[in-house]
Amino acid sequence: MAQHNSYFAFTRLRAQFIKEVLSILRDPRSRMVVFAPPLLQLLVFAFAATLEVRNVDIAVHNQDTGRWSYELITRLDRADFITRVYRVTDSQELRDLIDQGKVIAALDIQPDFSRAIAAGDNGRIQVLIDGRRSNSGQITASYLSTIAAEVGAEANAGTGPTTPAAVRNWFNPNLTYRWFIVPGLSGILAFFSALLITSLSIARERELGTFDQLLVSPTSTPEIIVSKSLPALVIGTMLGLLMMAAAAGPFQIPFNGSFGLLFVSLVLFILSVVGIGLMISAISATQQQAILGAFAIGVPAVLMSGFATPVENMPTMLQWLAQAIPLTHFLIIVEGSFLKAMSPGDILASLWPLALIALVSLTMATIFVRGRLQ
Amino acid sequence: MASGSTTSDPLRDTDSEVAVVIDGVSKHFGSVHALQSLNAHIRYGCLTGLVGPDGAGKTTLMRILTGLLAPNSGQATVAGFDVVDDNDAIHVATGYMPQRFGLYEDLSVMENMRLYAQLRGMDADRNADLFAELLDFTRLAPFTERLAGKLSGGMKQKLGLACALMARPAVLLLDEPGVGVDPVSRQDLWRMVQALTDEGMAVVWSTAYLDEAERCDSVLLLNEGQLAYDGPPGELTARLTNRSFRLEQVGDQRRAVLAEALDLESVSDGVIQGAGVRMVLRADTGSEQITALAGRVDAQLRAVPARFEDAFIDLLGGGPGGTSALAEGLSPVELASDVAVSCRDLTKRFGDFTATDNVSFEVRKGEIFGLLGPNGAGKSTTFKMLCGLLKPTSGEAQVVGLDLRRATGAAKGQLGYMAQKFSLYGLLSVRQNLEFSAGVYGLKGAARQARIEEMIDIFGLQPWLSAAPDSLPLGYKQRLALACAVMHRPPVLFLDEPTSGVDPITRREFWTHINGLARKGVTVMVTTHFMDEAEYCDRVAMLYRARLIALDTPDALKRGAVSDHQPDPTMEDAFIHLVEAEDLADEARSGATV
Repeated sequence: MAQHNSYFAFTRLRAQFIKEVLSILRDPRSRMVVFAPPLLQLLVFAFAATLEVRNVDIAVHNQDTGRWSYELITRLDRADFITRVYRVTDSQELRDLIDQGKVIAALDIQPDFSRAIAAGDNGRIQVLIDGRRSNSGQITASYLSTIAAEVGAEANAGTGPTTPAAVRNWFNPNLTYRWFIVPGLSGILAFFSALLITSLSIARERELGTFDQLLVSPTSTPEIIVSKSLPALVIGTMLGLLMMAAAAGPFQIPFNGSFGLLFVSLVLFILSVVGIGLMISAISATQQQAILGAFAIGVPAVLMSGFATPVENMPTMLQWLAQAIPLTHFLIIVEGSFLKAMSPGDILASLWPLALIALVSLTMATIFVRGRLQ
Repeated sequence: MASGSTTSDPLRDTDSEVAVVIDGVSKHFGSVHALQSLNAHIRYGCLTGLVGPDGAGKTTLMRILTGLLAPNSGQATVAGFDVVDDNDAIHVATGYMPQRFGLYEDLSVMENMRLYAQLRGMDADRNADLFAELLDFTRLAPFTERLAGKLSGGMKQKLGLACALMARPAVLLLDEPGVGVDPVSRQDLWRMVQALTDEGMAVVWSTAYLDEAERCDSVLLLNEGQLAYDGPPGELTARLTNRSFRLEQVGDQRRAVLAEALDLESVSDGVIQGAGVRMVLRADTGSEQITALAGRVDAQLRAVPARFEDAFIDLLGGGPGGTSALAEGLSPVELASDVAVSCRDLTKRFGDFTATDNVSFEVRKGEIFGLLGPNGAGKSTTFKMLCGLLKPTSGEAQVVGLDLRRATGAAKGQLGYMAQKFSLYGLLSVRQNLEFSAGVYGLKGAARQARIEEMIDIFGLQPWLSAAPDSLPLGYKQRLALACAVMHRPPVLFLDEPTSGVDPITRREFWTHINGLARKGVTVMVTTHFMDEAEYCDRVAMLYRARLIALDTPDALKRGAVSDHQPDPTMEDAFIHLVEAEDLADEARSGATV
């Protein structure tokens, strides 16, 4: 039979493809990987995970009895980001509230606050910040100083307002956090699903002993790689599209780019992830090892991809490493496609590294599978 | 004889003698009935064999007796304690060695023993005498510093035994201690257990090897959760007196003769033994038919003593017929060369460990070739190198004249492979497994459908088509694995431990197919640790410590072991004989270099 001599035979590929799809859909572990985390993460990240400071409590120890301290506390009471203002009567109580983590910041208003302002001087407030929550603390401090500045501006109304530089935020005028996070999530979720599905695939067969059976059959290594890539590619792409639809639909994030280019990028991105997953799977002896491997690679990859912290802030060495992570490039494309109309040229600049990673990782996976025969 | 509680032996019912009472014990897991109202007694000072094929309920019973499982109904007492109500006392009174004893592989022999002593609440330092005694008893004293993970299968089992004996239990329960242990170490285990029963301990030895049953003082024979026999093994075999015969020196026709014999009405069971055919007659039948058969093939018929396995098969109503529907449909195999499989100076090293050392042999077309040896002897490694799953460190392996590692799909299509433990896709149904195998071997269209239907027919898989392979009884799993391996009609078949854990009747059915295939010219490579199965092979390669220590016909190997006290040695005797000779030669070699 002629088909036996070629590297790819349709009959063999079809048999393996059906086997892979059935395995993924019937394996409770794979099924969970495919369906549960995406939905859960979409909800968690979109609604709970935020870098904005909201719903914080603060404490005030007011030793002043004058007008301006009253003015300041009234403004704090009305501020959107503050849920509750504790009024305390001594500085020990102030400390306790911070110690217990009940408030993120505490204001100690000096007795001469109003008098100093009335005299045309600067009033003094001591602000205590809970450094254990450094990021939120800093943001809270900046909000507080804005409020204090407003009070100061009103006090010096006669001398004329000092207008600082006017800030305009391009692409995301209100700096809505969700606009930034949801498109990125589509990449991360597809990344993890594709990585886990593929890293389980060879390891599962090895654990069962069916992999030997496959290796002695007429099927070729490229056939094995293709038949294991396709289902993960389809599922990963669908998940990515679903997330993008959720972003553009329910979350109402403006989509300004080219859908065609984004789709091509998504497919290439998943393909490169599939290659990495198969590499992990080829060197794992058990499914447990494969899952550990996927997380050992996946979690640092997400952290270094620029999703959490900008790649430019990392040491040079790590910046280079970040270029090897498919997610780094895809995040640029997907965020660019949503919030700004990224030009095809810019997309291509991020697309070719994806193609390169896919090529390298799939080749390596093929070599690793062959290498297991040594 | 279904129950041990009614018996004429007066000793059995005196309380002081009875170590274990099993009274109407039943256990089911979901819809699977693992044990069905079992009644039996086990006595002190007696080695009791718990015998039966895999899935018969041996391990379930063991776990009930050690208080790890509660029976659904019925009661059991061990050393006077109820297994449910006095659970804590059970752990003190019994020593339990599970299958693959829970040794800590990264701890040394001594550290393992100290750990188990401490787990039993004993002060290891104050029990130096006990430790010395156990080490002496198990002959592990020279290896106290060795890591448990680096011990051989037999030594691991002995260490496990030492740990189980730590608290000097009244009842010792050993779950399949003979598995994965080479025949020499197994001898050692028997010796130790004998010494323990002489001291008055009750020892329960569970096994799927029926030949092990013959060594026990008494056996509980389990089949599908029911007690098939309870009593001394000799009593059961005595029922078959004058019913076992052997046709001597049938030679090349033996497979045809066996097939013919099994199809005779008066023959209930038959196996190949070297160049002979061993047969068991049905109860109340005469030997006329087989005498006629002997006349036809011009061979001598000799009466032979009955074996325990004969009795077991007889109890279950006899073995299968001799015709293989699988082989019937096959046209004779043509191969370009007369040599189907060959290897030269095959060596495989993993680091500084040599798994296969300079192995060479040639397998002729149509031959059944056995690779025999204890676990870790290098069987699987050699096997994997032959079919291209492992790259040899040096030397070469060829199947139908090709190195399979570099072979094309066409060459690989010449090979059928059945992996250890019947590797099937557990997430696919039985039919989907068949379809996958057909597809991956390039069968398509109507031919594919016809071949799948043929397999379903031959192996009786119809009722299981939509079931998951893992839910099949072991015998059906084996059939499905064989079906997947032979669907594309390969001229060469590789079988890795194809019958491990399968009951004797299914094993006979399996060999009927293999014999049929061999008669059509299919070359069969098979690894096995069932020594009696080696008898089916044309030639056997014995591997020991990575080396090929013997390669000959089963009869020639057995002849080599003939001695005054062993006039008719078994394959196991032959193996032990060879291993001992090899060990002696080793000692002589190392002595010469010192």
